[in-house]
Amino acid sequence: MLRLPRFELRQPTSLGEAVTLLREEGAGAMVMAGGTDLLPNMKHELFTPRVVVSLGRVPELRGITRDPDGTLVVGAMARIAEIASSESVRKQAPALAQAAGLVAGPQLRRAGTIGGNVLLDTRCQYYNQSYFWRSALGFCLKKDGVVCHVVAGGSRCVAAASADCAPALMTLGAVLEIVGANGHRTVAIDEFWLGDGIVNRRLAVGEILVAIRIPPTPPGHRGAYGKLRERGSIDFPLLGVACRLDVGDGDRVEHGDLVLTALAARPKRIPQAASRLVSTRLGTEEFRAAIDELGALAHRQCHTLANVPGDQEWRREMIPVYVRRTLQAAAAGNGPVHHV
Amino acid sequence: MHLKVNGDVHDVDAPDHWTLLEVLRYRLGLTGSKQGCDKGDCGACTVLVDGEPMISCLILAREAEGREIVTIEGLWPLHLARGGEGPDPVQDAFDRYGALQCGFCQSGMILSARALLDRTPSPTDEEIARALSGNLCRCTGYTQILQAVQSIVARARGVEPPRRSWEAANVGRQAGER
Repeated sequence: MLRLPRFELRQPTSLGEAVTLLREEGAGAMVMAGGTDLLPNMKHELFTPRVVVSLGRVPELRGITRDPDGTLVVGAMARIAEIASSESVRKQAPALAQAAGLVAGPQLRRAGTIGGNVLLDTRCQYYNQSYFWRSALGFCLKKDGVVCHVVAGGSRCVAAASADCAPALMTLGAVLEIVGANGHRTVAIDEFWLGDGIVNRRLAVGEILVAIRIPPTPPGHRGAYGKLRERGSIDFPLLGVACRLDVGDGDRVEHGDLVLTALAARPKRIPQAASRLVSTRLGTEEFRAAIDELGALAHRQCHTLANVPGDQEWRREMIPVYVRRTLQAAAAGNGPVHHV
Repeated sequence: MHLKVNGDVHDVDAPDHWTLLEVLRYRLGLTGSKQGCDKGDCGACTVLVDGEPMISCLILAREAEGREIVTIEGLWPLHLARGGEGPDPVQDAFDRYGALQCGFCQSGMILSARALLDRTPSPTDEEIARALSGNLCRCTGYTQILQAVQSIVARARGVEPPRRSWEAANVGRQAGER
């Protein structure tokens, strides 16, 4: 049995009220969206806030709408299940819809939110454990300790970015809308991450992610998400691969992107993806060669660590396999890619 | 706080940090919802919130105010209240198909299946598996669980329900044979 530590629950009914509450409470407060990441972490005593501010009753954060210029505006409190089944998301951002559909299991997709998934705490098998378990090992860099159990002698936390939706949003060029006591700001999701496993995102105390803006995609846009995990449901990714192919006349690729996650503190883009894919024609030997080469490049550039469960060597060998299969799925207008 | 559980409004007093599951079990005595992993992996604490299966160990009780909660204890009475007879058809099918071993996952499995059938009266086998994919059966009794749900669908479609495992094992076995 895992009990939550004591806290005071606040349930603001407007965004303004939530911002004011967070300003008053300062660092002693934490924001709760769906609670599916925060509450287990609190049960493990990874967080022990004095006040929890629930966004469940803030209407401004809900819903998926479209701006006149075609930008999809996804409220931060839109449920993961809503994203997975939304016709507009599936059409404009297939990689995101696929990634959302593979998050956790059906009950958690109903509770979890897109905002919560983007802001998911980094994960490590030496961190996501009960207080008792962690105390037996002498704690770690990320919480209460001074050593890293993943990298011997390591002084930098390597807990892994594990949000399925984040790499998909990166391929889509998403922009995050954030509100705090100092007003409103926007930040490109690529610029949002820090390479630090302890805190991997640039979000100040008291700030709330309110919406995610997904720019319009061209008619030939295709995308897919591949997820390696132990079981066909529930689990966090052992590896996540999001890709994008914008296809123009004559099945020629006009834009491409490839982002991997569950490796290090931030999702990792393969920078050569765009140049290697652009101007290749789908279904040709040239395209097959390009995706093979990208698989090999990703294998060279990405190193698996014992931060998440599973055999690291096997996870690394699966990188080219998942890169290839996910790009193939996108090219064919299929996906998601998963082995079970 | 006021919680509407199985059609009745309960006036309960519990601290802010109590989950819905804890209030159901330790304030209302509804112990049919199980406390398994307590962190959202196993699905044993699944209850219906506004008709949808949710993980009650990861919902704060106060966040469930104003929602309609149905636990396994409410399924049979609600079926009778809607003019049905006997247990809820999902409970009946689980019984007939031996869709349990230790029984710990059963209340969550039944509620996930109930919600699926309310939404999609004639789901495919894949839709059934997907709807139950957030409920773990540690005894791995999945075959009978899936068959139990398939049997309800088969009945609705007027086709032959799946043969139960012990019946299949008896095929061709003659009286007196060991």
